Amino acid sequence: MIKVRIPTPLRPLTKNQGEVEVSGTSIAEMIDNLNTSYSGLKDRLCDDKGELRRFVNVYVNEEDIRFLKGKDTILKDGDEVSIVPAIAGG
Amino acid sequence: MTKMKALVCRECGKEYPTAAIHVCEMCFGPLEVKYNYAEIKQTISRKKIEAGPPSMWRYIDLLPIEGAATIGQHAGFTPMVRAKNLGAFLGLDELYIKNDTVNHPTLSFKDRVVAVALTRARELGFETVACASTGNLANSVAAHAAAAGMRCYVFIPGDLEAAKVLGNLIYKPNVVEVEGNYDDVNRLCSEIAAEHKWAFVNINIRPYYAEGSKTLAFETVEQLGWRAPDQVVVPMASGSLLTKIWKGINEMHTLGLIDRVPTKLNGAQAEGCSPISTAFQAGRDFFKPVKPKTIAKSLAIGNPADGYYALKATAECKGAMDAVSDDEVVDGIKLLAQMEGIFAETAGGVTIGVLRKLVKQGAIKKSDVTVAYITGNGLKTQEAVIDAVGRPVRIQPSLVSFQQTFKMGKNGGGDA
Repeated sequence: MIKVRIPTPLRPLTKNQGEVEVSGTSIAEMIDNLNTSYSGLKDRLCDDKGELRRFVNVYVNEEDIRFLKGKDTILKDGDEVSIVPAIAGG
Repeated sequence: MTKMKALVCRECGKEYPTAAIHVCEMCFGPLEVKYNYAEIKQTISRKKIEAGPPSMWRYIDLLPIEGAATIGQHAGFTPMVRAKNLGAFLGLDELYIKNDTVNHPTLSFKDRVVAVALTRARELGFETVACASTGNLANSVAAHAAAAGMRCYVFIPGDLEAAKVLGNLIYKPNVVEVEGNYDDVNRLCSEIAAEHKWAFVNINIRPYYAEGSKTLAFETVEQLGWRAPDQVVVPMASGSLLTKIWKGINEMHTLGLIDRVPTKLNGAQAEGCSPISTAFQAGRDFFKPVKPKTIAKSLAIGNPADGYYALKATAECKGAMDAVSDDEVVDGIKLLAQMEGIFAETAGGVTIGVLRKLVKQGAIKKSDVTVAYITGNGLKTQEAVIDAVGRPVRIQPSLVSFQQTFKMGKNGGGDA
């Protein structure tokens, strides 16, 4: 299973859970599976074309997936995924 | 009068109350303060502003707080220096340095944003403030929190300059050094902010905090005699400062304080961390995050949150972006110090380096009224120039020793 950390704006969809477990062999599949368990989640993360929205950052074990293979990044059992909205500089 | 109408999503336009929130629940777009310009326009005037305090709070009508400024009352209204020597050297008729190296109290432009953020945080009832920072923001949050008697946590990357680390510790906040770069700190803080109900100035207070940067634009316009410059050169980390300078200039136009906006934005980055300028030069409206490697640590944000909007604003006004190498950063710091007597931190070296490049390329012309934003103080980043400034001349405490060293005759003469 994959451990996914859910940001505050999405918690109303996950019954206020900050962390959920889900299966999936890639980020894309993980998002589909999340959507099965927590309906409406995919629409929030992805645009009409199914691409991740501009201000959504996804990390696998602390690494930004844009340095990996984006939505095709492979996941394995025990991986930890964080979904984080973009924030400002300092 | 309520000057703030709502928070509004920059992406989808959904409106929210003016609370401690920063992200649209629907599309994750950033939230921004929506003002009641029609009402503000009825009371604001050049005369009213000129009669205000000698600080950024003379523009309080355009800042997102409900009451008076309670924290950071002395920030801003820094000198606008006519840079005659540097202008002549570069071939510019009218060059100005907006000198935030002497901002109060922590010597960077962050004193502006923190004054707004902490005043707003207090209005919203917070007792604890925090931030993720490349250094300057942490210094400013720590200092203001000390003066305001608020609890404080600052999170910084593990490789900061010594003066920026010390510049936190002296105020005795909780200084948390994270093993990683700024983007790691930022991600971690975003997760911490979700669990702890603190005022994270650049996370849940961000819509208010970021507005403080507009005061650099307001001051520019007023200090130039109520006119917008033709060109501005702005250092970019997250890209927020550049977008807020653009917003500030345009607000003054909207409110009838100036008649026209001829301004072109020019964004400056270091080559070792240039996701925004690289995208701009490639004609893209999106950026690819990078792993920063530059001496300009205050600009070392590889995943710039406002990069998209910085690209958009710069394209809109037909401005430019460029990047310089670390050597050019050091040269830029030395040039500004030796020509204008202003010691800037590395971000200032980036700005001067890029200004130089853009003049050479013809993007900035001789007759353009140009303002370069120098946002931080060189005493905080001494490591960057320590090997590039030479050593003092050492002599015995005798007149002979002095005169021999400088090859002078007995009666003076010869100015070696």
